[in-house]
Amino acid sequence: MSQMSSTQHTQPPILEVKNLETSFKTRHGWFKAVDDVSISLYPGRTLCVVGESGSGKSVMSRSILQIVDAPGKITGGEILLHTDFGDGAGHSTVNMIGMDPRGKQVRAIRGDDIAMIFQEPMSSLSPVHRIGDQIGETLRIHMGMSKKEAIARSVELLRMVEIPNPEEAVKRYPYEFSGGMRQRAMIAMALSCNPKVLIADEPTTALDVTIQAEILELMRSLQKAHNMAILFITHDMGVVAEIADDVAVMRHGKVVEKGDVYSVFASPQHDYTKSLLHAATQCEGPSDRRLAMRERRPLGDPILEAVALRKEYVITPAGFRREAKTLLAVKDANLQLRDGENIGIVGESGSGKTTLARCIQRIHSVSSGAVLYTDRQGNTRDLAPLTKPDLKEPWRDMRIIFQDPFGSLNPRMTVGQIIAEPLMNHGLGTPVEQRARVAELLDLVGLPGSAAERYPHAFSGGQRQRISIARAIAPNPRIIIADEATSALDVSLRTQIMDLLLELQEKLGLSYLFISHDVGLVRYFCDRVVVMYKGQIMEEGETEDVCTNPQHPYTQSLLSAVPIADPTMRASKTRTRYVEG
Amino acid sequence: MTQSNSIDPRLSTDIAEATQWKLMWLKFRKHRLAMFGLCIVSFLYLIALCAEFFSPFDPSETSTADLFHPPQRIHFVDRAEDASWALRMYVYDQKLTRDPITLATTYVKNPDKKIYLKLFGKNEPYNLFGLIPMSRTLIAPATADEKFYLFGADRLGRDMFSRAMMGTRISMSIGLVGVTLSLCLGLLIGGLSGYFGGLVDAVSSRAIELILAMPTIPVWLGLSAALPATLDPLLRYFMITIILSLIGWTELARVVRGRFLALRQEDFVISAELDGAPTRRVIFRHMMPSLVSHIIASVTLAIPSMILAETSLSFLGLGLSPPTVSWGVLLKEAQNIHAIAQAPWLFIPGAFVALAVLSLNFLGDGLRDAADPYASEGS
Repeated sequence: MSQMSSTQHTQPPILEVKNLETSFKTRHGWFKAVDDVSISLYPGRTLCVVGESGSGKSVMSRSILQIVDAPGKITGGEILLHTDFGDGAGHSTVNMIGMDPRGKQVRAIRGDDIAMIFQEPMSSLSPVHRIGDQIGETLRIHMGMSKKEAIARSVELLRMVEIPNPEEAVKRYPYEFSGGMRQRAMIAMALSCNPKVLIADEPTTALDVTIQAEILELMRSLQKAHNMAILFITHDMGVVAEIADDVAVMRHGKVVEKGDVYSVFASPQHDYTKSLLHAATQCEGPSDRRLAMRERRPLGDPILEAVALRKEYVITPAGFRREAKTLLAVKDANLQLRDGENIGIVGESGSGKTTLARCIQRIHSVSSGAVLYTDRQGNTRDLAPLTKPDLKEPWRDMRIIFQDPFGSLNPRMTVGQIIAEPLMNHGLGTPVEQRARVAELLDLVGLPGSAAERYPHAFSGGQRQRISIARAIAPNPRIIIADEATSALDVSLRTQIMDLLLELQEKLGLSYLFISHDVGLVRYFCDRVVVMYKGQIMEEGETEDVCTNPQHPYTQSLLSAVPIADPTMRASKTRTRYVEG
Repeated sequence: MTQSNSIDPRLSTDIAEATQWKLMWLKFRKHRLAMFGLCIVSFLYLIALCAEFFSPFDPSETSTADLFHPPQRIHFVDRAEDASWALRMYVYDQKLTRDPITLATTYVKNPDKKIYLKLFGKNEPYNLFGLIPMSRTLIAPATADEKFYLFGADRLGRDMFSRAMMGTRISMSIGLVGVTLSLCLGLLIGGLSGYFGGLVDAVSSRAIELILAMPTIPVWLGLSAALPATLDPLLRYFMITIILSLIGWTELARVVRGRFLALRQEDFVISAELDGAPTRRVIFRHMMPSLVSHIIASVTLAIPSMILAETSLSFLGLGLSPPTVSWGVLLKEAQNIHAIAQAPWLFIPGAFVALAVLSLNFLGDGLRDAADPYASEGS
C-alpha cells in the first residue's frame, strides 16, 4: 500500500474514490462487497482494477455510477468528481454519494462526465433499434441536439471508433454487427458526450484475442485524443500489462496493492499480486511436469484418428430446382492422437474447434470422413457410421469435460450419484464397490470423501470442474476431450486444474484432446497444437515450434494478438493482421 | 470486521447445504400472496376431504317450511333477562310471515326464540371418508330437530351451507382429477415431442395447435350433450373430467415440450448420454427431476381453469346435474331474476369459486417464482 505515488501525475485527479464501502444485505446481516476502497483517476491515464471473480471490482465500478443492483447499497465513503470548466474558468467538486441514485444530478453525470461500457456488447445494445438511433438518443437527451445533428454526430463517432463505412452503419441493427463491432459501437455511444471518465467493465472478456487487441488499441488512441481517464476492470494480467498506467489489485472487496504498472509487475509487494502474476506468466511456456513425463515415457501408437472429417449443417433443405444451403462447420480435418499425447485445438469462437471435437466423439453426426479409434486390444474401428447403442463402448474409453462447471453437473443428483453414473450404466461393480470407487476418485481429484453426499451447487466452479474430471475418469477411459475445461475458471485455478489433469495423465495413462481459445494454456499443456480458422485446420505441429515460429499468417496474427503479462514488452510488440487471401 | 467475515458468502459454506426443496421453500415463503393462497387452498381441500364433518345437515334434505330462508348470524354472547351473560353460540329463530296486502312473504326475526348451537355436537350419523362412522359435526344444533341456515336456504328449503360444503368436494376434486389426466397426457406427448423432435414434434405440435384453436365452450357443450342423460351421476362426473382434460392437456404439453427442448441441449444431459445411460434413464432420471418444480407450478395454475370450466358447464346445465352438488350446480339455481331480487345468498357459491380460483392462482404464481431458486442468483 505504501507504493510510490507516481511522479507522472502532472494533473490533479478528476475522480477520487475515498474509503468506498458497498454492502449487500444477506440473511446473516450486511456483507461488504467493497470494503474501504480508495482510488484516484487522472486525465489521460488508465487505472486497471484487477482481481478474480468475487473480488468486488465490478460492484466497485458500478458504485461510482450508483447503479448497484438491489440489495446492494453504498454504505460509506466519498466519490468526488472534480470538474474543470476549462480555461481556468472555475473548478467544482461534487460528492456523488448522497445524491439520489435516480435523481437528476446523477443522471446528468452519467453519460456527460462519466460513461460506462460493459462486458456483454449484445445485451447492452437494444436489439430493436438502429445503431444510429441508439447513439443519437444519448446525444439528444444529454446535448439537446436535433435529430439531424445527432445522426451526423453518430456517423462521426462511428468513424472515430473505426467502424468501416459509418454512413451505412448507423442504419444497421446490432444483430448485423459482429461482437467486436458491437463493442466499438458501445464505445462510440459511451464517448458521445465527451466524457471525462470512462469506466470499462471487462470490455474485452467476451471477445476473441485478435479483436481484443484491436479494441485495446482503439481505447488507447481514443484516450490520447480526448485526454480521458479510464477505469479498466479486468481479470486478465496480460490485458493489464497491455493497457494500464496504474494498477489496483482487489481481493475480497479490498484493494491489496496499488501502484504504477511497471513497478507492480517488476516488484509485486503483496502475496496475492505475486500469485496472480505467477499464474499469468506460468502459461507462457511448457509445463515442466509434462516435459518430465514425456522423458520417462515416450508417446505410443496413434489411438484416435480423424481422416478428412467434414461436418455440414443444412440451413435450408434442398427444394425444387434449388440446392440445399449448407454451412461447412468443419472442412476435411485430419488429426492424429497418439497414446499418451496431448493435442491442443486452438481457434477463435466460431472456428469449428468444438464441432470438430464433438464430431470426433460422435456427439454430432459426421457428414463425411472417418473417425478411427483403436481400442486396448488393438482393434481399429471407424466410429463415424455407428449409431448410439454401438457407441456405448467407445464412449466408455473416450470421455469429455465440459466448459461450464455449472451446466454440466445435474443439479438434482448428489456428487456421488453423478460420479457413479457411468459405472452404473456400464455395470462396473456392485453398488458397494461403486461407492468405494467414488471415494477413491474424489480422493484422486483432491476432494474430500464427504463431497459424495452433497449436491453440486454446494461447490465452487473449480471444485465442480474437479467433480467433472472425477466423472470423466470413472470408467478408466483412455482419451479425455477437454472442451475449454478451464476457461470459466479464475487464472489461479486454471493452472491447478491443468496440473491435476497432467498428474492424472501420469497415473492413468490418459491422452487429451484439449480445446481452448487461449494459446497460453495450450502451450503449457499440449505436446502438439492444431490451429483452426473458419472450420479449417490452418497449421499443425509441435506446440513450441508453432508458438515460437508460426508459419501460417493466421497463426502469426493470432499469436501477435495474445497479451503478454509484461508491460515492458509493450513497445517491442508488433501486431500482424490476417487478411484472407 | 470479524462480523463481516462470518457473513462473507465467499467464505461461508452453510447456505450451500440447503437442498433444492429448502431453497424453494425459502423463496416461496417470501411471497406473501402465495402463502395466503396456500392457506386458503389447504383449507378448501380440508373442507373437500371432510365435507360431511363441516355440513350440519344433509344437503339434499328439503324443508317446505323454510323456502328461501335467509342467512342467520351467529351470536356468541348470550344475555339473559337478569343481565347475566354466558358465552354460547346461538342464532335467532326467524318466522315466515305474509304481508296481508301484498301477499309477499318475509322472514321476521323472533327475538324470543334462540336456537343454540354446539361445536362438535352430536348430529345425524355419517361415515367420514366413507369409512369411519361418526356422528359429530363442526357445528350442530343443541337440540336435535332444530334447524339453522348460515348461508340461507334455496327454493326447496335445503341448507345452502351444507350444500356449499359438499359442492367444495366435487368442484375442488374435479380440478385435481382433470389436471391429473391432462398431466399424464401432457407429460407423455410433450415429453416425446421435446425429446425426439423432428417429425414426432411436428405432428404433436400441430395437433396441439389444432386443439387450442378450437373454441372450448362449444366443444365441451357438444361433448357433454352427447353423454346419455340417464347416466349414473358418478359416472357422469367422471366423463365430464375426461372431457375437460381432453382439452386441458395441451397447455401442459407445451410447457413440458419447451422445457425438454431446452434441457436437451444442457451439458449434463449430453454427459448422461455419454455415460452410457439408456434413453429411458436419460428422460426419467436426468431430465424429469429438473422439471418437477415447473410441472407443480403449471399444474397449480391449471387447476383453476378446470374449476371454472366445470362451473361454466354446470351453470349452463350441461355439466354435472342434481343430485350431484357442485358450485356450478348451485349457481345454476341463481340463474333467474327471482334469485337476485329475493335470495341473493344463492350467489355465495360464486364467492367460493372466486376465492378458490384466486388463491390457486396466487399459489401457482408463488410456486413458479420459487421453482427456480437459482434464477436470481446469476450475476
